[in-house]
Amino acid sequence: MENKKTYWRGVEELTKDPEFLKHAYSEFPEFVPVKEQSGSEGEGTNRRDFLKLLGFGIGAVSLAACEAPVKKAIPYLDKPEEVEPGIANYYASTFVDGGDYCSILVKTREGRPIKIEGNKLSPVSAGGTSARVQASVLSLYDSGRTQSFLKAGATITKEKADAEIIAALAGASQIRIVSQTILSPSTKAVIAQFKEKYPSTVHIQYDPSSASGILDANKQSFGKRVLPSYDFSKAKTIVSIGADFLGTWISPVEFSKQFAAGRKLNKSKKEMSRLYAFESNLSLTGSNADYREPVLPSQEGLVALSLLKLVSGGTSSIKSAKLKKASDDLLANKGASLVVAGSNDVNVQIIVNEINKVLGNYGTTVDINTPSYYRQGDDAEMNKFVDELKAKSIDAVLFLNANPVYDHPRGAEIKQALGGLKLSVSFNDRKDETSELCTYLTPDNHYLESWGDAMPKKGQWSLIQPTINAVYGTRQAQESLLIWAGASNTNFGDFVASYWNANVLSGASFNKALHDGVFSSASSSEETSESSTADISAAEAAVLAVKAGGLEAKLYEKVGMGWGSQAGNPWLQEFPDPISKATWDNYVAVPASYASANGLKQGSVVTVKANGKEISLPVLIQPGQAANSVSIALGYGRKISGRPKEVIGVNAFALASATGSVSYNLTNVTITPTGEFREIAQTQTHDTIMDRPVVQETTLAQFLKDPMKHRFQPMITTPDGKKKPHEVSLWVKEHEKPNHLWQMAIDLNSCIGCGACVISCQAENNVPVVGRDEVIRRREMHWIRIDRYYSSDAETKEEGKYFGSNYDALEVASDNPQVVFMPMLCQHCNHAPCETVCPVAATTHSSEGLNQMAYNRCFGTRYCANNCPYKVRRFNWFKYFDNEERFPENISMNTEMGRMVLNPDVTVRSRGVMEKCSMCVQRIQEGKLAAKKAKTAVKDGAINVACATACPTDAIVFGDVNDQESRVYKEKMVENKERAYAVLEELNVQPNIHYLSKIRNNEA
Amino acid sequence: MSFRALKIFSGCFLLVFLLNSISVFAQADLANGKELFEGNCTACHAIHKDKVGPALKDIKKRRDLTWIKKFIRNSQNVIKVEKDPYAVALYAKYNNTEMTAFPSFKDNEIENIVAYIMDESVKTPAGPVPTTPSPEGQPQVNTSGGNDTLILILTVITLVLVAVTLIVFLTVIRRYLKDREDKLADEDKEIVNQGFDVMAVLRHKAFIIVVSLLLVGAGVRSLWVGALSIGVEQNYAPKQPIPFSHKLHAGNLKIDCGYCHTGVYRGKQANIPGVNICMNCHSAVKEGPSGKENIAALVEAYNNKKPIQWVRVHNLPDLSYFNHSQHTVAGGIECVKCHGEIDTMSVVRQASNLTMGWCINCHRETSVNGKDNAYYDRLLKFHEEEVKKGKRKGEMKAVHIGGTECSKCHY
Repeated sequence: MENKKTYWRGVEELTKDPEFLKHAYSEFPEFVPVKEQSGSEGEGTNRRDFLKLLGFGIGAVSLAACEAPVKKAIPYLDKPEEVEPGIANYYASTFVDGGDYCSILVKTREGRPIKIEGNKLSPVSAGGTSARVQASVLSLYDSGRTQSFLKAGATITKEKADAEIIAALAGASQIRIVSQTILSPSTKAVIAQFKEKYPSTVHIQYDPSSASGILDANKQSFGKRVLPSYDFSKAKTIVSIGADFLGTWISPVEFSKQFAAGRKLNKSKKEMSRLYAFESNLSLTGSNADYREPVLPSQEGLVALSLLKLVSGGTSSIKSAKLKKASDDLLANKGASLVVAGSNDVNVQIIVNEINKVLGNYGTTVDINTPSYYRQGDDAEMNKFVDELKAKSIDAVLFLNANPVYDHPRGAEIKQALGGLKLSVSFNDRKDETSELCTYLTPDNHYLESWGDAMPKKGQWSLIQPTINAVYGTRQAQESLLIWAGASNTNFGDFVASYWNANVLSGASFNKALHDGVFSSASSSEETSESSTADISAAEAAVLAVKAGGLEAKLYEKVGMGWGSQAGNPWLQEFPDPISKATWDNYVAVPASYASANGLKQGSVVTVKANGKEISLPVLIQPGQAANSVSIALGYGRKISGRPKEVIGVNAFALASATGSVSYNLTNVTITPTGEFREIAQTQTHDTIMDRPVVQETTLAQFLKDPMKHRFQPMITTPDGKKKPHEVSLWVKEHEKPNHLWQMAIDLNSCIGCGACVISCQAENNVPVVGRDEVIRRREMHWIRIDRYYSSDAETKEEGKYFGSNYDALEVASDNPQVVFMPMLCQHCNHAPCETVCPVAATTHSSEGLNQMAYNRCFGTRYCANNCPYKVRRFNWFKYFDNEERFPENISMNTEMGRMVLNPDVTVRSRGVMEKCSMCVQRIQEGKLAAKKAKTAVKDGAINVACATACPTDAIVFGDVNDQESRVYKEKMVENKERAYAVLEELNVQPNIHYLSKIRNNEA
Repeated sequence: MSFRALKIFSGCFLLVFLLNSISVFAQADLANGKELFEGNCTACHAIHKDKVGPALKDIKKRRDLTWIKKFIRNSQNVIKVEKDPYAVALYAKYNNTEMTAFPSFKDNEIENIVAYIMDESVKTPAGPVPTTPSPEGQPQVNTSGGNDTLILILTVITLVLVAVTLIVFLTVIRRYLKDREDKLADEDKEIVNQGFDVMAVLRHKAFIIVVSLLLVGAGVRSLWVGALSIGVEQNYAPKQPIPFSHKLHAGNLKIDCGYCHTGVYRGKQANIPGVNICMNCHSAVKEGPSGKENIAALVEAYNNKKPIQWVRVHNLPDLSYFNHSQHTVAGGIECVKCHGEIDTMSVVRQASNLTMGWCINCHRETSVNGKDNAYYDRLLKFHEEEVKKGKRKGEMKAVHIGGTECSKCHY
């Protein structure tokens, strides 16, 4: 049969398009022309041309490579005497973020601040730091900061803005300054001066992490609206009711230092304080507690009340063995105990005050006569302000580094009411939720660019000095206020100096105080009447009236993120949360029981509804979370200008209620799955140690009975009988370490898991940020990590036998697990498995015990990482620097300004090479050189590594064990000989890092 | 050539030689005078014109030698104590600028200086000497090998001439013999008629193999040498925006290295001095041997607040950490050890190749001076034990204390 049909491939064929015909019979398309404009036909590039071009290209490239580019060296025009390129200068200053305080030293190189260290001269923070303090240096170079004065989003000159604002202020009848807690007495003096000029001004302070309840309770109990000074080091029994004093509550660096002092053991000190924690979410404090009991957020008051009843000889309404034990311990240690509560409910705090009073703790562990000023915010006044704003009885508002639209529960109301004002000014560092609604944005300097001072507590003073000129077109807020107040001298540096000379120093040298960073004035102790005026029974009734209702939620702060003031800081975003090990997100932490009952899986996105508002977040299953409750971290969901991903996580402040004092405890919460899924970037997903003796721990009682019993002491079976691992060696001869042998002792008893070391190391060693996606692929680059292990309730069937034992069950953490934190970094093994497998000897051992890494030699086989039993080696899967397209989060290597934070003494590693902890070899070399030049031996403590200097609890001790006077030698060989062990000793890799086993002060 | 002519010729030669040697003796004083003058006086004095101090032309005609010696050794004594009227007038005329005292000058040194000045005085003043910097990007090759090259070229020319002569000679003889071929024996005929087939040699297998092996070998070697020299910038001597001369400042004026390179004994970087350090002297010294132009450029940069963009000569890659003070203070190494005779360089040149092999070599060979330095006590003790055990020999070298370990320079 003849087919009459015509099949055509396109209209062109049907119409016999000439272009179609031209191509129709040539099977292969022409080569893609190499030249942009090939002329007539046939002149297209052929293979020869291609090869010519290729040859020329290679030739040109290799020729160009041979010729070194001309490098310019541009010296100072007028070299300042104290700046010597290549030599670091240190300046004492103070980290202040709202009410958070830390006395610091700022390391500058060629005039750029590059690292923060703790200031040991400070009696308050005593050389400790936190992750947030460490990371703050990167925020300085954040190009997302507003770089000039803005009016309605458009740049305006400072002079013009000043003139307009002064005119508007003159015409305003009701002016409000809204700020977070101001620790600076000089700033308050500036505000007072401003008030003189504009008498209608009212200054309102509020805190995103409010302690208004404690302040109000102390007002009722002692007639003074202040926080007391706490001393955890003197307390033998500590009870925390929802107060995460090691992580986020009031002044964690100070408290960690004190707490660790009470927990350290040595040859002569065989006592430890005991910590009880009653809390809903597993906090840093709860993880370090000897006894922890999960309680519902609404029950915090009831726990406090029951404790009060018990310590005053009554009976508890809560049946809890741990609470009874806590009260027994408290009573046994009257005057040497401490009860703290995190609740922002004034009634709960009145009861806590009463407990401490009954126990006689005032004057010993709680000092109301030396008040601290970390939190001064008043929720009632803030509420009044919002009401006034809504009623339009205010016509000018100045937001002094406050972002209430974001971080106040009534933010939405403020947002609506801000529009109709005559004048609204924000001093915030960037266009954020509040400042983008204000007419004027007159950005304040970063604290490292500022003059200032702080008074963290009575008699303790601290100075802030600029360590760099303002890097952007910002101006210090105090200076702006002085200009607007028409002051004759608007230099705030002069203002601080004259304020100190007049009010603080009483004749002492200002320069000395500036050098030290801190100044303690003799306390003129004015007696606070301790006669209670607080109505205990009313408080009791109020507490009893709080009813548990439905599913409850707790809004908490994360150690790294706090209330979100540094949400734009990628170091903190990638900082693994000490408990959940999650990065780059917040989430709803739910107990395993709730998740299984409601079919929720890790990562299921749910909608959380409370107080009539709702947010959507993924779920994270959290061991230790109180049953029938969830917790959500604050500080996320901030608008971060200048980043491709402007919002990370979801803002949970909106869920809080602010009737009366702000309440972070929510009742009658509903959770509905959305069916979506969002993976949470966790750095540690393997939660337990599967019965391996990585962490060695025991109880204090056991330890005192037999100090060696808890220790895992492996023996190797050989033909000659059992031998200790170090007696069975592959190596014939040991390499000598004649001069130094650098070692570390990490005290698991002192380590609270706060992670200050992680960020300190990141800043010191130019560790890149890789972003959420890469963390999910487990490619984070931190050189030191804090492994967090939960203990399991499961038992292995047979000790030491793998097959047939119950190892699957070991994977399941219990509902209220015990937690261990273990800093893990390169162990600098003297018999390093990584060194022997490197085909190019890029990783070798030094005669000082360091496991060295020569990046320029490494070509990336990753054999070393495979062979490392501790999994501490990090591979550069990508080029993380000069690669903004792919890694925009890594601002310290990809932005012009961000690069200023890099440590010039440490190489920035390139793609395809391995890296790991170098034991801060740059610091070791620097310290050795200083000793050589001074013709002395290296003194113990003269060299210290970045993780150890950052540690607020002195858990990490570094030094030379060849020096028998060194602290590390003493810790390991004298003071805590029985506790010192090497992880995976059975492998005989002979690490230079030793751990001191964890001792819990509980009954097993 | 007659015997008489030869006698005259040698006599002349002797005379020239004698004259030459005499002038050499006479110049010894002037050379010393020149060196002293340039090293100590030129900051303030010139011969033909006034600078900070007066022009010194014909000084000996104006003042006698005793006065000059007195004044040079301590001018303030002459002015303030002796109140010599000429000196007082001079002092007033030059804005009461005190002249640096040179009490250490010996009599003959001052005489040399004066002799030099008098010698220069008769010469016409030279215009500003234009500096002749090397063409941009072209490394300045050390010219000390110039003589050798000349000799080499001469030798080659001579040899070529000899070869040409021999060939001509051979051809002539052969042609001569060919003409008388009939008279020659058979064996000799063979030799005379012997042809040389070049192509046969070229086609020979052994020849081809040998030549190609040689060519490949040469190619590989030049590639290898070339690859090794990638990034090695020895003898790099770029043109600088202002032709600063280390020869003048460090050589003649003997300014200590650390005066300008403030970090060299203190820290990692030696540091190129800030312009304010230059201005310490150049706020007064406005003219140097090369004239006023370059110093004016410096002063202009300072006044206009425009930093000077020097070209960096020594460039270590970022992956290696180098600390100057480790070498200059702790190691006690002289600057010239790595930087060459910097005090003779008008244009700074990278004297060493700065390769890792070069560093390591020095670390292997250099003894560590650990005496009276408590830091090295443990190391020295250990070294002695090792020597006793026979494991080490000689003094303690840098390599013995870990000077060749990776993390000493790479981190």
